[in-house]
Amino acid sequence: MTFIVLIILALIVIITIQIGRISDLATKIRGEEVANEQQNNRSALGLLIFLVVFLVLCIGSAWYYKDVMLGYGPLTSASEHGFLIDSMFNWTLFFTGIVFVITHIALFWFSYKYREVRGRKASFMAHDTTLEMVWTLVPAVVMAFLVVRGLVDWNKIFDAGKNGEGYIEIGATGYQFAWDIRYTGADNKLGAKDFRLIDPATNSLGLDWKDEASLDDIVLGGSDVIMLPVDTLVKMRVSSKDVLHSFYLPHFRVKMDAVPGMPTYFTFKPTKTTEEFRQELRKYPEWNEPYDPSDPESKPRWKEFNYELACAELCGKGHYSMRRIVKVVSKSEYDSWLAGQKSFYLKNIRGTENDPHKDELFPFEIENRKKELTAEFDAKANPETALAAGEDIIILKHVFYNTGSAGLRDLSKHELDNVVSLMNKYPNVKLELRGHTDNVGDDDLNMKLSQERADNVYNYLVGKGISDSRLSAKGYGETMPIGSNDTAEGRQENRRTELRIISK
Amino acid sequence: MSNINVTTYPEDKIFEESGYDDHFYEHHHGDKYQSSFIGHYIFSMDHKMISKQFLITGIFWAIIGAAMSVIFRLQLGFPEESLAWLKPILGKWIVVNDAGIGKLAPEFYYALVTMHGTILVFFVLTAGLSGTFSNLLIPLQIGARDMASPFLNMLSYWFFFLAGVVMFLSLFVSTGPFAGGWTAYPPLSALPQASSGSGTGMTLWIVSLAFFVVSVLLGGINYVTTVLNLRTKGMTMWRMPLTIWALFITAIIGILSFPVLLSGFFMLMFDRGLGTSFYLNDIFIGGEALDRVGGSPILYQHLFWFLGHPEVYIIILPAMGMVSEVLAVHSRKPIFGYRAMAYSIMAIAFLSFIVWAHHMFMSGLNPFISNFFVVFTLIIAVPSAVKVFNWITTLYGGNIRMVTASLFAIGFVSMFISGGLTGIYLGNSTIDIQMHDTYFVVAHFHIVMGVAAFFGMFAGIYHWFPKMYGRFMNETLGRIHFWGTLICAYAIFWPMHYIGLAGVPRRYYDFSTFDAFKHFEDLNKFITIAAIIAFGLQILFVVNFFYSIFKGKKLTTRNPWHANTLEWTTPIEHLHGNWPGNLPVVYRWAYDYNKDDREYVPQHIKLNENEVDNH
Repeated sequence: MTFIVLIILALIVIITIQIGRISDLATKIRGEEVANEQQNNRSALGLLIFLVVFLVLCIGSAWYYKDVMLGYGPLTSASEHGFLIDSMFNWTLFFTGIVFVITHIALFWFSYKYREVRGRKASFMAHDTTLEMVWTLVPAVVMAFLVVRGLVDWNKIFDAGKNGEGYIEIGATGYQFAWDIRYTGADNKLGAKDFRLIDPATNSLGLDWKDEASLDDIVLGGSDVIMLPVDTLVKMRVSSKDVLHSFYLPHFRVKMDAVPGMPTYFTFKPTKTTEEFRQELRKYPEWNEPYDPSDPESKPRWKEFNYELACAELCGKGHYSMRRIVKVVSKSEYDSWLAGQKSFYLKNIRGTENDPHKDELFPFEIENRKKELTAEFDAKANPETALAAGEDIIILKHVFYNTGSAGLRDLSKHELDNVVSLMNKYPNVKLELRGHTDNVGDDDLNMKLSQERADNVYNYLVGKGISDSRLSAKGYGETMPIGSNDTAEGRQENRRTELRIISK
Repeated sequence: MSNINVTTYPEDKIFEESGYDDHFYEHHHGDKYQSSFIGHYIFSMDHKMISKQFLITGIFWAIIGAAMSVIFRLQLGFPEESLAWLKPILGKWIVVNDAGIGKLAPEFYYALVTMHGTILVFFVLTAGLSGTFSNLLIPLQIGARDMASPFLNMLSYWFFFLAGVVMFLSLFVSTGPFAGGWTAYPPLSALPQASSGSGTGMTLWIVSLAFFVVSVLLGGINYVTTVLNLRTKGMTMWRMPLTIWALFITAIIGILSFPVLLSGFFMLMFDRGLGTSFYLNDIFIGGEALDRVGGSPILYQHLFWFLGHPEVYIIILPAMGMVSEVLAVHSRKPIFGYRAMAYSIMAIAFLSFIVWAHHMFMSGLNPFISNFFVVFTLIIAVPSAVKVFNWITTLYGGNIRMVTASLFAIGFVSMFISGGLTGIYLGNSTIDIQMHDTYFVVAHFHIVMGVAAFFGMFAGIYHWFPKMYGRFMNETLGRIHFWGTLICAYAIFWPMHYIGLAGVPRRYYDFSTFDAFKHFEDLNKFITIAAIIAFGLQILFVVNFFYSIFKGKKLTTRNPWHANTLEWTTPIEHLHGNWPGNLPVVYRWAYDYNKDDREYVPQHIKLNENEVDNH
């Protein structure tokens, strides 16, 4: 095989050399002058033909492909500032197009017209000040126009969001080879992050949970669609964990490098929802072809169309694969989608060992717990509700003790205060306070601990003015588990303090 | 060549009468350092031999660089076809799947792209182009015996050679050659854990280019010194041919910008090897947070592009100078607007130093700073436009000989227009938001500084080949080479504008992941086929080149093109010291073609009574 290839290559070399030699011989036979003149005319004519074919193909192919180019056909900008870019492109196209055609015609036509003719004398024309001034000044004026126009637009694009118009912030962090996307949550602020806090398993962005703004931040799953609200200014905060990346949304004319250690941003306003864009595409026949060419039954391309996020800065071997789908929806759809998202912290961090706030309760948690407890109490303490055995128990989820001891932690106060006010609301209610432990350790000690804990709750409530006749306290130790003692979660459930409604 | 009133000028006799005796031959008895084989062909200190060394080394690298582009074009144009047949050459970099389809490994695709860029930009279009022609033309066209320092000149080549050896070795390391793009942006280039090519491959890459910078500096200092000090009597600056103006300014740009790159490279080496953090900050990679903070990857980009932008003029200016000369000689007319041409070279060179950040509009640079760079960048269009108009007007009213050299010069002007105009889009930061790092950029710079520079180089090679080797290159093969290359070059790069305008990013191994980028299979196939044909045509050129060295049509007269410049007054056989007796004395500029009834009047011919020098 290799041998054959080598022979073929050698043959090609020999043939080309022979072509050269034969043409040399032919020149000699015909006489050098005649041959040269013929060659000269042929080359000049070649240039002229090239000019015509070249210009026709340039303009023709541009026309043929215009519908796949952004800014033409259906692929107009999907963002507000994108139209500035597209219009700047068209102005430049207009001027450069004229120059391109005129200079090419002049170049090739002069080459043809002034090809060597025996006996003709070239004209001695060294320079012409007027002409040179004209063709210095005309480009200068055109350039000035393009520069001024371009810069006005450029500054407009980067001033977006600086005039007081509200915007939402979204964070995009690139890494080899994907993007982490983060939404702000209700405070419209992205929390602080620090690369030293990154833990691929629990905190891939290195969000700083000590920063309150981080706590409600929403981090999308690896393949979740990036949602954007239409007609809303979006400030993309772009960053990188490792090497350079570039946040590139072609349909929105958005591009910004992601630089480790240097946060960047790009502010833009999507103006067409994905659905609206699809409807535009639908009018073009090529977008009605099947999405999968090998499967004629597949949906038409326009139905499958999605905005896409790509990486535009070489970042390693997977550079070409950093794709995410972007979906633009109406503001209301966006709001309800966002409301349905749980913050990364609450979903994955709250209460775990990585949670620096595990010993505190957030105001909203206290608020929510109050509502929850009140609702449960209202339902169960209502004299008209008949309670079956076991249904008369309310678990005090926010009563906490110091580890291994019976001392009540301050954190428990709000829960117990709620109990106080509820008992005042229902003056006939009598309660048994029940302490429970898990099965770790000595049975008798557990029994004692649970009794002490129940007693401490009892004392707190009495101290707040509840009559001791309405309360009793009893420790049950490990005798009444509600979860499995084999798992940490189960043991956690079993360590609890309850109210049992004895009468109402 | 057929011309009216063809005069031949008896140079030796003229020089004997009116030449300038510099007592050269009284000092160099027997020309000792050229007498042995090694001294003559290998460690030569003769500028003409060094010029050939640069050219042939450049051709070697051009073949490698172009072959690489063919391989990665196969991947882009025919992603479904098997490349298993390349396994004997590329080994483990071809990954054969269960179905027997061999595909290029992505990391090797990026290595090929990176090496293609590095090799073509530095080894071929810098060393191969300005190294060759500065060496050949500077002493010959200004009437000097040799370079100011023949020894440094020799070192300049051998540092280039050393750079080449190191780069060549890097192609064979087991982790692969460097694969982070020819711009070598950190942190990708600084951290071996970021890419396999950033290991040993990158170390060799950067060492190689450090040697290369030394080569450019040694060469450049020599070129500048030679032009300033060794011009023969009468060769005032304003009588220098435009080739010399271009090569002179090119050397100055190189001296001013390459050291900045070298300092940037040193800091990158320190970051790689010594644990510094010039370019590193806040990085979490390979499962750990690096203890390297406080640097900025943007700093590297500034340092890189402070060379990187002037570099494109280092590449294109020599081509411009040679094209000016070739067009004037073959259209038998003075170059139009000689002074404007020289001034525009200077203006372009000056501006080239204050536009670098236009490569960085989207890098996170303060958008306010970009304003200045847009203004300066687009101003470059003015001197560039002046040059184009002057070339076209040089053709106007001429009597143009359509030889391969002049065809390539005309092709150069076409390429320079096509590629230059797209620069106006990219230099405008507003448009660059969308166009940056797309195929539009690939199309732009390949046409304007890749193909155009090659066209200038080919024009130069075909034109000065008789001076270099005493023989002509074969015209028929030359014309096939020209027409094929012209058509293929446009066929390859013109469609890339459209792909870029569709938003397709450059440096993508595979487009099929993205709905927006995957609908250009036909164009990509077309481009690849054109690239393969273009590669074949360059092989044709190489065959013609080497065949003609030994078997080409012999030169019978000293001045085959009837050109005015001094290099054509030297004997056909090269000799050390260039002129056998006195040095020529210059009385006029280089462009007295058809000034009066004389068809051409070389620079060493005295002015007639009442005749005014025209420069």
